[in-house]
Amino acid sequence: MKLRKLGALAVVSALAFGACTQGTPAPSDELGVITIGPNDNVHIAFWGVLSGADASLGQDSLDGAKIALADHDGKFRGHDITLSTDDGQCTVEGGAAAAAKMAADSTIVGLVGSSCSDEAVGGIKAISDAGLTTISPSNTRPALTSPDRGPDYAGYLRTAHSDAFQGKAVAEFVYNELGKTTAATIHDGSAYAEALQQVFADEYTALGGTIVIQEQVGKDTTDMTPVLTRVAGANPEVLYYPIFVAAGGFITDQARDVPGLENTVLIGSDGMFTPDFVEAAGPNAEGMYLSSPNFSAFQAGYTGFLEKYQALVGSAPISAFHAHAYDAFNILYAALDKVAVEADDGTIYIPKKALRDAIYATKDFQGITGILSCSASGDCGAPLIAVYQITAREVGGQWPPEAPVWP
Amino acid sequence: MQVRLADRVTDLAIATFLWAFRISVVLIVVVGSFLTLSSGKYGLETWTGLVITGLTTGSVYALVALGYTMVYGILRMINFAHGDIFMIGGFAGYFAGLALSRLGFLNANAIASLISIMIMMVVAGVFALVVALLVERIAYRPLRNAPRLIPLISAFGASYFLEYSVKGWAGPGVYAFPDVAVLDQLVPIDFVRIKWLDVLVVIAALVMMAGLYFFVMRTKVGTAIRAVSEDKATAALMGIDVDRAIVTTFAVGAAMAGAAGVLFGLMFRQINYFSGFEPGLKAFTAAVLGGIGNIPGAMLGGLFLGQVEAVGPQLFLDGFGVPGLAGLAKAVGFTMLVLILVFRPSGLLGERISGTRA
Amino acid sequence: MTALAATASGWSGWLPAIRLGLLGAAIALYLCFIGIVAIFDPRPLIQGVISLGQVALILTGIGVGYLTARRAADGPLRAMIGATIAGTIAGAALTGFVLLGAVIDLRGVILHASPVTYGVLTFGLDTPGAWIPIVLLGAAGAVGGAVEVLPTRFQRPVISSLMALLVIGLFAGVIRSPMLANPLTDPIARLLFASDGVTPLGAVATVVAVLGGQALNRRLAIPQRVRELPAERRQRLTLPAIIVGVLFVLWLPQGVGSFFAQVVAVVTLYVLMAFGLNITLGLAGLLDLGFVAFFAVGAYTVGLLTGSGDYGIAHWPFWAAVPVAVILAMAFGAFLGLPILGIRGDYLAIATLGFGEIVRILAGSDLLKPWLGGPRGIYPIPKPIEVTPDSFLAGPLQIYYIALAFAAVVAFVAVRLRDSRLGRAWVAIREDEDVAEALGVNLVQTKLLAYMLGAAFAGLGGAIFSTLLGAIISSSITVFVSINVAAIIIVGGMGSIPGVVVGSIFLIGIPELFREFSEYRYLFYGVALIAMMIYRPEGILPSRITRREFHASDEAEPGEPAEGQSTDEPTSQPATGMVT
Repeated sequence: MKLRKLGALAVVSALAFGACTQGTPAPSDELGVITIGPNDNVHIAFWGVLSGADASLGQDSLDGAKIALADHDGKFRGHDITLSTDDGQCTVEGGAAAAAKMAADSTIVGLVGSSCSDEAVGGIKAISDAGLTTISPSNTRPALTSPDRGPDYAGYLRTAHSDAFQGKAVAEFVYNELGKTTAATIHDGSAYAEALQQVFADEYTALGGTIVIQEQVGKDTTDMTPVLTRVAGANPEVLYYPIFVAAGGFITDQARDVPGLENTVLIGSDGMFTPDFVEAAGPNAEGMYLSSPNFSAFQAGYTGFLEKYQALVGSAPISAFHAHAYDAFNILYAALDKVAVEADDGTIYIPKKALRDAIYATKDFQGITGILSCSASGDCGAPLIAVYQITAREVGGQWPPEAPVWP
Repeated sequence: MQVRLADRVTDLAIATFLWAFRISVVLIVVVGSFLTLSSGKYGLETWTGLVITGLTTGSVYALVALGYTMVYGILRMINFAHGDIFMIGGFAGYFAGLALSRLGFLNANAIASLISIMIMMVVAGVFALVVALLVERIAYRPLRNAPRLIPLISAFGASYFLEYSVKGWAGPGVYAFPDVAVLDQLVPIDFVRIKWLDVLVVIAALVMMAGLYFFVMRTKVGTAIRAVSEDKATAALMGIDVDRAIVTTFAVGAAMAGAAGVLFGLMFRQINYFSGFEPGLKAFTAAVLGGIGNIPGAMLGGLFLGQVEAVGPQLFLDGFGVPGLAGLAKAVGFTMLVLILVFRPSGLLGERISGTRA
Repeated sequence: MTALAATASGWSGWLPAIRLGLLGAAIALYLCFIGIVAIFDPRPLIQGVISLGQVALILTGIGVGYLTARRAADGPLRAMIGATIAGTIAGAALTGFVLLGAVIDLRGVILHASPVTYGVLTFGLDTPGAWIPIVLLGAAGAVGGAVEVLPTRFQRPVISSLMALLVIGLFAGVIRSPMLANPLTDPIARLLFASDGVTPLGAVATVVAVLGGQALNRRLAIPQRVRELPAERRQRLTLPAIIVGVLFVLWLPQGVGSFFAQVVAVVTLYVLMAFGLNITLGLAGLLDLGFVAFFAVGAYTVGLLTGSGDYGIAHWPFWAAVPVAVILAMAFGAFLGLPILGIRGDYLAIATLGFGEIVRILAGSDLLKPWLGGPRGIYPIPKPIEVTPDSFLAGPLQIYYIALAFAAVVAFVAVRLRDSRLGRAWVAIREDEDVAEALGVNLVQTKLLAYMLGAAFAGLGGAIFSTLLGAIISSSITVFVSINVAAIIIVGGMGSIPGVVVGSIFLIGIPELFREFSEYRYLFYGVALIAMMIYRPEGILPSRITRREFHASDEAEPGEPAEGQSTDEPTSQPATGMVT
């Protein structure tokens, strides 16, 4: 008995050094080992917002993960992969419930999600306590991967960039590149937009710019004239509104009709970096700027991905984080491949701690959002933020924009 | 029965509180408006701009509110799914518009655009009508004699069902209405900046409301509807087909909501499966504001709510230096609602479908 | 119609079959259009045998076949043929859909007119397999008809086995995961359940269990025997039954795993809040759709007083903060209640709904951000009892026990209030305000009390909720919380305390368990609400008074009132105007 344990230990330590052994007995692991029987599926879970007003964010990421799954023919070492979904509803309570459900399911090997940072806040403790690890494709709240985030976040990584990068990049773009010294911001009462515009405002002020007004609209507001009128009253050179497709479309479409905003520079962020947004905003989107992950670095892989997306979903991507979900799934898959121990009868053992460590150890991973390496605090995303300008080409229906205007 | 002293004291305290509440809200409104206006930060152009957007959104609210109010008038039932009927109309109109745009007819010239919009509205109205009648048949008719909370819960169910059916059908993304170039141009008048779209929305809404008013007040079917809403039993005894009157009410309300869905789409460009919820809630509020069950009341309520939301936050709160006040528009709207109900517990015009007080 | 039937009875005799077939066609197409067929294709009901997407279609066929056969009055053969016709018509619609899809691309209009859907419909053969739906649904219709034609003795076991199979298949993941956690049940779970759905062996086991259970039940007839017991012996059974029940409730979250613990904790919270609204709505008849406002007051109070983050102001223990939260919620109830208590009926509903929205907007606004944290809310909020992660009180479990204890107290208070003088005054107001006032009930005070007590319970619910989540955020304060609580009371049976519990399980618990079906669970939630109201308007477990009233109205007008002749105007009769 003792001998076997020792042997297993040896296997784990061997694995930690990257060796791969086949046909060995079950390893042991401080967080436990998942056993996948010869006829069992490998169970990967996706959690995120799949209902309510933000459903497109989660659906888009889910489809990205599905494409990654299809790229592996739906199989891991000959076992079918089950990709289950749990709705986090973009709320803290939804995230908590979804996480509790997944934490209780001992067949799950790894997770992709959540969509909204609020879901992660509600659910991450249950996931980490269960020894699971999740990779979020679209959480951007800086606090989630801050170095002092605490042990509850041990099982949390993300391929999305932190908004600390994005807000800073936009501030630099506006102040240094455009040379504008007054700016206004609008957020929609979502935690994402509120935090991002605040990062921008702080960085912009630090650079020497002036924030003339910070406004707020309801998440479901359609008539933006009142808020735009207020903004126009403060007379900013730049209007930054890092919100989502629907409200962003309303603001872009209506801004040019408000006296005083005819020539104001409009800037949005990754929440609006979709063809859906350009369609929703219409001709008035031409000339505006959108910050987003720098797609030009990995254009080639992305084009092929977009074709698969079109075939699967029947439309262009409906939100911004499909590619991040694709990468998140693949990072998880690669880590699984590294740590999985296969017995002769086809049984697979997944040591949980080793898996988590393997994900954290991801280095120079060739993703479609960039060359990804995961930091000790869980940031796997390439923090390369670019600013794109929407031109007549995109308004005419082409996507994505060809090259960023900055950097 | 003798009234105890303690009761009297409590009553007095309550009455005092009520007056303090009313006075303080009115005071906030008056002082805030005064401060805002006297600061002179916003010129006349700003205010006219806000009034116009209030007018157009208010018109859409009013059109949707009519459906709520008519159904309430005849069945005393809050048709919570009405906002979703509006959304479904918007989708039908979108597909019609898409087809017309593909044919090149939508933007061929001004007349073609106008005809196209009418076609879109008719398609939307008809589609919304069919869906509304199905909902009525399946979810409401079996409950016609049930206590009034029962149909309300059924209506919640219908609302969920419609929203998530559309989500399954069309996905969660937004659908952008095709551009109608003509509507984006400004009306060539000097003193106010207004687009043809605004004119179209207001006129279309007025025409539909006038038509409805004529229909309810002057036609035989309209008379039947009014009779049924007054007293079902007596109406039936007079030989009125109660069932038909009710179905007609649903149909007319839904058709107007569907057409309003197209106007909404033209104004704001985009719709998705959830975009009926907010306007539905607002329209319901508008109907209550005007006096639920009262047709002119719904129109007035819609226009009033549109103005309160567009102009209100700016006018009442800017003077106090409130941050992020555009986000409070809905809160201001609901506060005005409560205020009006406190002063007039049956809404601005009281509740009678015919508009005449009994 | 009758003339037509007389001249061409052979043709018109099939009309019901055709009509039901068209209905089935509509349903089958609908299932394809909204994506149920495609999305639930990878989700098996029985592993390797049948997927949920296929089940949905086949059930449609069986359903219309069954109904057709039931309508047919003239012999089993005609019933069977009718059933087959109905199923075939439904299948033909799908065939038409497949063929149409081969000619034109429908995806611009119907997102799910995708290769996946066509693949499911034709078992992967695409257009050459277009005939398959006709055969499949025709056969399903025949099966449905056959089930109906069977003698009752066979019919019941068949139907209940099928139902059980469906339920077990749907809940497979939820049943399986706690079983896997236990080394004793783990091999059984692996044998009976696949990653999704049941294994073929599990399906057989389910059917055997159902048939065995039914046979056993017939033999033993326990409920019947208990009913036949003499009264004093039955009373002697009550105490042990209660003890067993209490023990079961205490054991429940321990035995079934942490996910269930989370779900039952949330269910219990809703029970607690529903007791509160039961006073406002069930007893006093005030339709309050802004219940969530008081929930927010309770949650934010606890967040501010106990929070350990930036916005915590006092770092109090939970137990000191709860009374403050309840009292504040009550005061807030008075503050909001006073101006609007003169407003009646549905005006009150929208005014209170407005309050809920105002509170949500203010909580997330920039205006109050310096105190309430704006959209990011107050985080973290510590658990009431600090324990290690492996304690039996860890995570949601302790919240469950706390909520349970409070719910018991609240239930007791609610019962005592209902039977008190005040309770009778509330009921009097609900039935007729004017009469109540004439009888000396102080309307404003009595209503205000109902409103404040409801608010207090909601505040308590919010206080516990914030510790369950460890955070409170403005986006949690939605109108749907208010709607859910109101729906619980009505679906459970207004005024009934067990009804509230059952309503919460039905409306909060079951949707939680269906989380894997994401947005489709709301679709079925909607359908379930409608069906519930139509087939059981008095609620699942109505109070005795409610049952009597619904029953009485049945006696007044026997059967379903004929359409178009509904001359009764219930709302003008205050006695039945509001549900009891």
